[in-house]
Amino acid sequence: MKPLYTLHGLSYRYGGRRAVDHVDLSFEAGRMTSVVGPNGAGKSTLMGVMAGVLEGYEGGCRFEGREIAAWNRRELAARVAFIPQTLRLEFPFTAEQVVFMGRTPHGRGLFETEADRAAVERALALTDSQQFIGRAFGELSGGEKQRVVLASALAQEPEALLLDEPTTFLDLKHQLDLYGLLRKLAGEGVAVVAVTHDLNLAAAYSDRLVAMACGQVVADGAPSEVLRADVVEKYFGARVQVIETAAGRPWAVYG
Amino acid sequence: MLTPEKFGRALAAAVGLLLAAVALAPLIGSSPISLERAFQGESPDAEILFDIRLTRTLLAAAAGGALALAGVIFQALLRDALATPFTLGVSNGAALGAVVAICFGWGTVGELSALGLAAMVGALAVMGAVLKIASEGRRMSSFTLLLTGVTINSICMAAILFLHSSAGFIQSFAIVRWLMGGIDSPRPATLAAVGAGVLVALGLTMAKAKDLNLLAVGEDWALTRGTDVRALMRFCFVLGSFLTAVITAMTGPIGFIGLITPHALRMVVGADHRLLVPASFCVGGAFLVVCDTAARTMMAPAEIPVGVITSMLGGPFFIWLLRSRRARVWL
Repeated sequence: MKPLYTLHGLSYRYGGRRAVDHVDLSFEAGRMTSVVGPNGAGKSTLMGVMAGVLEGYEGGCRFEGREIAAWNRRELAARVAFIPQTLRLEFPFTAEQVVFMGRTPHGRGLFETEADRAAVERALALTDSQQFIGRAFGELSGGEKQRVVLASALAQEPEALLLDEPTTFLDLKHQLDLYGLLRKLAGEGVAVVAVTHDLNLAAAYSDRLVAMACGQVVADGAPSEVLRADVVEKYFGARVQVIETAAGRPWAVYG
Repeated sequence: MLTPEKFGRALAAAVGLLLAAVALAPLIGSSPISLERAFQGESPDAEILFDIRLTRTLLAAAAGGALALAGVIFQALLRDALATPFTLGVSNGAALGAVVAICFGWGTVGELSALGLAAMVGALAVMGAVLKIASEGRRMSSFTLLLTGVTINSICMAAILFLHSSAGFIQSFAIVRWLMGGIDSPRPATLAAVGAGVLVALGLTMAKAKDLNLLAVGEDWALTRGTDVRALMRFCFVLGSFLTAVITAMTGPIGFIGLITPHALRMVVGADHRLLVPASFCVGGAFLVVCDTAARTMMAPAEIPVGVITSMLGGPFFIWLLRSRRARVWL
């Protein structure tokens, strides 16, 4: 399958420090990939470059064959959605308004269309967020905010969905629901790339794991190839035992 | 979801409020006039109503609307609920220009007021400097813009204080009076130019209202929803600064409207800039018309600086609004 994203020799510097260091990766439509790694590994920076948020990268970062930097912003936003780690609002937007903002790349008029409404309703249903629409975004809990932000990204109807630690504020049920939803989206043809610290969740739901350390890709493959005790000890500095679940997925046990 | 019907209702209410204020304010004043005589063009009623009170009222409406609009723009740009049209230094740039004109005794340039021109030049110089400095580096951010603006603001303030401390008694009085802000009856041509400029700025802001919603959430949020953030930030800064420069050059600095109007309107129409922009413009205009009417009538024939009135009327109203709505988390 032709890759949606192609990263070739991709680097990104903060001052003199390379946060991402000569990364070669590709991501296909219809697959779910989780990017894991210790703090400071360059995972969020990688997402930022792929989303077009971080400018001035070195090497190549192509989406559908065109460099991210060369894309028209609106055209890129109609194809790629990005979910940041946190979202803090200064002004009293409602949850509904936040979700409708996802439709901005699809229309230039002052008012939303019926197609916008339909996309928003679908996104709200997928994320189980319909009950929040009348409430101020700032008054929602962390997990509720996360679901509304995800709904906003889904309202963009993207071909690629990039997520930076999407389960940070979610309770266990909604973590599982979220990963189940990401799996479903991948099944519908969306390229899903999620940064996460939860190795087990990543291994349980992803087609592929990419492990990063010090800005470089140190392991890349099926969950069983990446989630190994030696890899975790070497790059995460933690001793774990890896067992196999009933579904045949690796599971890191510790403590 | 904002529908054309909901938008129309909110717009009609806001425009109605502004028109009512503009229609009623010229009827109030220290000199009694006959409307019948005024509309028949008889002197002095016609001159008082049309040439003095109406032009002044229209300038107050334009100035109040423009300052409220600039407040909305700067608050979205800086994602700072406390930002005002004066936060980024443009107003102090205008003040410095005016103070220089007063200190050097410049009267007129051709038919134009040298003081107004100097204020405009000062404001535009500050706008250019802030834009140049904040644009350097990888990407302009609201943080660098804020830091640059606040720094240049302080430099201008220091220069104003220096000039004030070395000025003579008459010049010193003129400086203080100008810094208090006030509205005079403008010439019709000047009023038409200011009004047209402000209305064009309102139209341009409305065209970017959905993008302002995104920017008010965050730069990355706006970027990943298809907005050219760098261009939008420049647009916001230049437009907000232009509005502040033009109005400050005409009236001196009039505080409070740019801060309070967007806040008050957010409590009524919410944070969506498609409603907030026109509502703030109309209510800001109406509010300054009311304040200016009070300023010229309360102690007639003496006038109270209109900035005093905006604060004295607006402050308690804002506190009442806060209490009645039980302070939101975003304040």
